Amino acid sequence: MAKRTTTKSRPKTAIVKNDTGAAAVAYVRSDMDPDLPAPDASQGIAAWMRANLFSSWINSILTVFALYLVYLVVPPLVDFAFVNAIFSGEDRSVCATIEQGGVRDSDWFGACWAYVGAYGSQFIYGRYPSDEYWRVNLTGLLFFGSLVPLLMPAAPYKPLNIIFVSIIFPVVAFILLSGGNLDLNGFLLPDSMMEPGTTKFWVDYLFVCAAVLAIVFLVARGSQSDPIPGLRIGLGIMAVIAIILMLFAVDFGLRHIETDRWGGFLVTLVIAVTGIAASLPIGIALALGRRSNMPIVRLMSVIFIEFWRGIPLITVLFMSSVVLPLFLPEGVTFDKLLRALIGVALFSAAYMAEVVRGGLQAIPKGQYEGASALGLSYGQSMRMIILPQALKLVIPGIVNTFIGLFKDTTLVLIIGLFDFLGQIQFSFSDATWSTAGQSLTAYLFAAFVYWVCCFSMSRYSIFMERRLDTGHKS
Amino acid sequence: MAVEAGRLEEPAAKVALLNDPKVRGWIFQSALLVVIVWLIWVGLQNMYANLAAANIASGFGFLERNAGFAISQSLLEYSQESSTYGRVFFVGLANTLLMAVVGVILATIVGFTVGIARLSNNWVIRQLATAYVETLRNIPLLLQIFVWYFAVLRLLPSRRASWDLGFLGQLNISGWFAPKPVFGEGASLMVWAIVVGVVGAFLLGRWAHKRQEETGQPFPVFGTGLAMILGLPIFAYLISGMPVSFEMPVAGNFGPKGGSRLYPEFIGLLLALSMYTASFIAEIVRAGILAVDKGQTEASAALGLRSGQLLRLVIIPQAMRVIIPPLTSQYLNLTKNSSLAVAIAYPDLVSVFAGTALNQTGQAVEILLMTMLTYLGLSLLTSAFMNWYNNKMALVER
Repeated sequence: MAKRTTTKSRPKTAIVKNDTGAAAVAYVRSDMDPDLPAPDASQGIAAWMRANLFSSWINSILTVFALYLVYLVVPPLVDFAFVNAIFSGEDRSVCATIEQGGVRDSDWFGACWAYVGAYGSQFIYGRYPSDEYWRVNLTGLLFFGSLVPLLMPAAPYKPLNIIFVSIIFPVVAFILLSGGNLDLNGFLLPDSMMEPGTTKFWVDYLFVCAAVLAIVFLVARGSQSDPIPGLRIGLGIMAVIAIILMLFAVDFGLRHIETDRWGGFLVTLVIAVTGIAASLPIGIALALGRRSNMPIVRLMSVIFIEFWRGIPLITVLFMSSVVLPLFLPEGVTFDKLLRALIGVALFSAAYMAEVVRGGLQAIPKGQYEGASALGLSYGQSMRMIILPQALKLVIPGIVNTFIGLFKDTTLVLIIGLFDFLGQIQFSFSDATWSTAGQSLTAYLFAAFVYWVCCFSMSRYSIFMERRLDTGHKS
Repeated sequence: MAVEAGRLEEPAAKVALLNDPKVRGWIFQSALLVVIVWLIWVGLQNMYANLAAANIASGFGFLERNAGFAISQSLLEYSQESSTYGRVFFVGLANTLLMAVVGVILATIVGFTVGIARLSNNWVIRQLATAYVETLRNIPLLLQIFVWYFAVLRLLPSRRASWDLGFLGQLNISGWFAPKPVFGEGASLMVWAIVVGVVGAFLLGRWAHKRQEETGQPFPVFGTGLAMILGLPIFAYLISGMPVSFEMPVAGNFGPKGGSRLYPEFIGLLLALSMYTASFIAEIVRAGILAVDKGQTEASAALGLRSGQLLRLVIIPQAMRVIIPPLTSQYLNLTKNSSLAVAIAYPDLVSVFAGTALNQTGQAVEILLMTMLTYLGLSLLTSAFMNWYNNKMALVER
């Protein structure tokens, strides 16, 4: 701005009158003067401060007030977290004043990072046995190792990566974390017909396979199409499930570790990742259901979505921990963590459905019409035309849902699971480290961890939004 | 996909029933319905069997039974000895609504301030507002509630050494002892004055709007309306002999006495909820203001509007259209999030009814159903209001 107004070009021509009175063009300037530097008043720090901090008296007051606020908050925080902080020690005495039975001066107040260090492994693994930490570490390594290339748009082998993350990783993670070696007992035939056990399970499974294939065959015959491809797909899916179940039943020599020993950041991640992984397919199904032409399907989807979105998550967790067991037949018990997972997954599925619906609505009508003009069936057009575009559009929305879910995992501590925050709350009951600044230290640490996770995810979501913001805007 | 010409002339081929999309749809839907009904039926059967095994009588009869536990904060009349579980429900609901209303007001004030501050041309203010938003919305609400309740409010002085806030009462670790208004004789006149003021201001606004539509003459509605709403009650207060006095809390040996007490649970939850929600509202407000086209600002400058008029007449009405729908859903979120009260034992609906009452009676299904339906009802009411408002505010295009 300033530059333009201050360097007005001079007149290009100068008309000089000579003695005879005849006007003649004496001089035509062919090149411009160099730009003059902007006046000192409009550049440099002083000018920036003038424009941005003290442009009017009200702005000056605001600046001073804001600086005062910063002064109130930042120096004490830095003092607490770094200057006065204690980084190593054996027990509470290093973090307590002399009056409180410690070694510090009586006006000392600072963070006790020694306590966080001492509890570090509990905050990450909960009560997971320490000689089995490698299993959690390996799972984490596999997870982040396969997730990071998936999230980077430039990384190659996307289809293989997706198969790994969505099918192989969950199986491996389950076996690693819990120890696998499940007892498969059969579920279909009455016990009187056959002794419960692995054999009975597989007999039952064969019956289910037969039923599924029969339905596929009947549908194919009824619609006068070739049943072979459908049967092949059905057989393939049932075989994959059978292989996974077999792997679950194999004894790999890993110690079985009950989920009530899991805790800390492990549980936070398990709930968040399982929640999002389960809610995505359910959410897509619900979103398609809500836009379906079939009245009953639409009604059911709307009721489901609006119900879950209308109630607080904490009541969902109460319901899954108190009411869900009531609806199951006697003798069937679910693990506490699994119950919470079901509640979280259904809850976030409703939110996911609305995100996906937004993407479906953003796809131009011509895409739907084009797909049906090509003769694609509903399933084909969704799978090949609509969903790939819609899901790509809503990646930022999915990431935002995930951030919300990640923050909401903290609520499981209310129903008695020990997630990261729950483990921190739990550590307050230990007298070895109980000091005046303990809770502030722990909350500062927790806030930092959650903040880093959520902030980086939201940056990723913004990055994807910019990257995907190429077309689709009509 | 090519169709041979000859086939077109043949009579329509007999289509298999399953290939008719309509038939297929109905078969699919009936199958779905059967599965859902079957699941519900099996679930209910199991539930009755389980309840019978646990000796719990189902039904809502428990609502008539005596609750027998104390509730610290209650807007309605409640006593440990004689109140029923039904009463507990309403006490909890009232506390939830109180938290929601106060939280919404506070969150709106803070949120709008921060949102506008993010667009300020003052660099420090802008950065400060950004830091506020980016920090608070990326930290779980439950953690923030813990920080306020277990860390910040615990720094307050003990009961005996309360901070004296002058005419605002006293503050200590057991809560804020605020002055309590005592209404004397003639105070009803003030209530009527408020009613008359509000109704008068509303009618004035309508009249002024109509007059401006007809004659183009503006009328200073805001100032006059404010004078009516504030001035009439003050006038009534003066002529009826100052009937309202404040009972100040007095410092005593065992903490302050008198006044009305705000519990630390209330204060902690309120601060956490409204500060957290404000960070989301700030983003909504910012987006709303940015959504108003720059040409609007330039056009109104060209018309000679001053910056105050520009905001009031051009920017805000258009920004509100973008702001209101997400703002309502934030209000709803705040209401639902107030259920986190259970973590610090603020006696809201979830805490006293779905918590204490459920543990005492064991009527999990009934109690959770009532709680969920209450929240669902609140949500549906709010979204109904939002739809109505949206329709009213929607752009009417020629």
